Amino acid sequence: MPTHKTLAATGNSVVAEAMRQCAPDVMAAYPITPQTTIVEEFAGFVAKGRVHTEYVTVESEHSAMSACVGASAAGARVMTATSSQGLALMWEELHIASGMRLPIVMANANRAISAPINIHCDHSDIMGARDSGWVTYFAETAQEAYDNTIMAVRVAEHSDVMLPVMTCLDGFITTHSIDRVSVMDDESVAGFVGSYKPKNALLDTDAPVLHGAFAGLGGPYFEFKKQQRVAIENARAVIKSVGEEYSALSGRPFDVVETWGMEDAETAIVVIGSTAGNARHVARDLRAKGQKVGIVKIRVWRPFPYAELASVLKGLKAVAVLDRAESFGAEGGPLYLEVRSALYDAETRVPVVGYIYGLGGADVKLELMEKVYSDLSDIAAGTAAPAGLVYLGAREEA
Amino acid sequence: MANLKELTHREDRLAGGHRLCAGCGASIAVRQVLLGAGTDPLVVGCATGCLEVSTTIYPYSSWKTPFIHNAFENSAATVSGVEAAFKGLQRAGKIPADKKMKFVAFGGDGGTYDIGLQSLSGAMERGHDMVYVCYDNGAYMNTGIQRSSATPKGAWATTAEVGAAQQGKLQRRKDLTQIIAAHNVPYAAQASISHWKDLTSKAEKAFAVEGPAFLNVFAPCPRGWRIPSNQSVESAKLAVQTGFWPLYEVENGVFRQTVKVMNRKPVTEFLKPQGRFKHLFAPGNEALLAEIQSDVDRAWDSLMARCVTE
Repeated sequence: MPTHKTLAATGNSVVAEAMRQCAPDVMAAYPITPQTTIVEEFAGFVAKGRVHTEYVTVESEHSAMSACVGASAAGARVMTATSSQGLALMWEELHIASGMRLPIVMANANRAISAPINIHCDHSDIMGARDSGWVTYFAETAQEAYDNTIMAVRVAEHSDVMLPVMTCLDGFITTHSIDRVSVMDDESVAGFVGSYKPKNALLDTDAPVLHGAFAGLGGPYFEFKKQQRVAIENARAVIKSVGEEYSALSGRPFDVVETWGMEDAETAIVVIGSTAGNARHVARDLRAKGQKVGIVKIRVWRPFPYAELASVLKGLKAVAVLDRAESFGAEGGPLYLEVRSALYDAETRVPVVGYIYGLGGADVKLELMEKVYSDLSDIAAGTAAPAGLVYLGAREEA
Repeated sequence: MANLKELTHREDRLAGGHRLCAGCGASIAVRQVLLGAGTDPLVVGCATGCLEVSTTIYPYSSWKTPFIHNAFENSAATVSGVEAAFKGLQRAGKIPADKKMKFVAFGGDGGTYDIGLQSLSGAMERGHDMVYVCYDNGAYMNTGIQRSSATPKGAWATTAEVGAAQQGKLQRRKDLTQIIAAHNVPYAAQASISHWKDLTSKAEKAFAVEGPAFLNVFAPCPRGWRIPSNQSVESAKLAVQTGFWPLYEVENGVFRQTVKVMNRKPVTEFLKPQGRFKHLFAPGNEALLAEIQSDVDRAWDSLMARCVTE
């Protein structure tokens, strides 16, 4: 059994620690707020000789992911980290990494996208990258950020998957707050992730391969894309089995959809990331007052857990979906659209309300969670109909 | 430096049967450069462009060596990653410490002078042990002859048109070789497919260097230049003989002319055979021709002033 050490540490610090323990052969990274302390701490590990990693201090996030693609195709275990504008600058490379089936692991410190420029948390960066073919985890806490990083390596490198994996943590909230985190010893993590045995490596000169062929002119582009769909569908089972194995090792539960109070809940909030904590805090108070409320937290965003969500939400009297990102011109935020889609085939159509909240780090006060539960209570009691899109906590005028 | 007879015994690592146009300068540049790579295993990276799409049509490959294509602007960053993987895996003991490998990135002038300049500059500054080769045909040829920052002043291109108000490209070309030399890389050179001995010996030096090396290889495009397929090498030779494309190298900061041009021909001898400069020879454009000549003269004098005399 592993030795556990309890630390008071930030999310970024334990992500860097998890990366060190997973021993990447290459890290190529560019600093960006609020990801910066991950790459700084990792630079410290390199300088102290605590990892064998070749650290490529690139000149941009585009080159960071480009170098990761080259290194991963070469046959190395590869990691990086980014945020916001950096993730946006990587956009075409995100698609190339998944299209070339390269098991790169990247942490993303969720942050708003310009304009106006803003450095605080929301999910518009990752939602902009949502269709790039990356398996995507979200963390509520620093502990989950640590755990997700380690599981990500196994999922990415699994022969049924071979896809890049992104692990998201909320900028400044999870990245910079000091939290209580249990960290395993190096040998246990090394044993869990194992060593990477690449197939089709450029550096294997006994079996020369070509990466990144031209597949136009009636070539197999379409068929390759179908294979990517198969791979990310395969990831569903792999994420679960890796999660179970990791749970057994770490002693901490894992599921793609994590619930609180859902056994007899009548209303529920569906949420991603750190806000689950605020919602749970309010839900606990309401439960004490006899209200049957619950929380559904999505821990894996891609592949999206449609079946799990439909199963846990069926029969509820009202559901609120909290989106920390916009989808301009759509009926609601990205999570709202997915939840509604998950419920389309449910036997009874559950009323779903969509809230956009916390954009650019806007405060997520407990009163706002109370208002959401109060709205749900009115809908459940039949005294209010589900409203359209609600901007939760936005001032009337800026 | 190997002689021609010895070079003919070396294996071509770019096979025939690729789908580049007849007379394409890029494939000649690649073969000559790779002849200079010796016998160590080699990984080739390539930017998006003619060279890449014509040699890697799935499921075929013209490359007798491991090859990676990533995107248009990042072959330098991509090969940085490959080279970093080699170092990281060697440090981890997963690749024998005494194994030698070479790394080369190719890009056209569009992917090098323009969209890829940042990625190239970053790779050169970081000091990766790689050779970056620009095959310069002076336009975005893959997408149909649009101007790049390597397109000569006055040249016709589909985004630098010729009409009553404009005579082709309005701006001078960028001097990329000197920009990269200013990075203080151990080796940077300007070469041409018309001078095989000069080019292969520069390639040998570039591959022998520990750290980053840069080769800017003049590689005509018959299609874009509006010349017959059999005139590529001749056009490249005229570029050298007129001083439009001086052959020189910068070794640890020392500039040296590598092919002397005793009696520099007027630049019109390079321009005239090419359809893309046809309009310059119409009445009324004499001043523009004179300006192009004066630009060539000034650049030549400035370069010669920097070169050591031997």
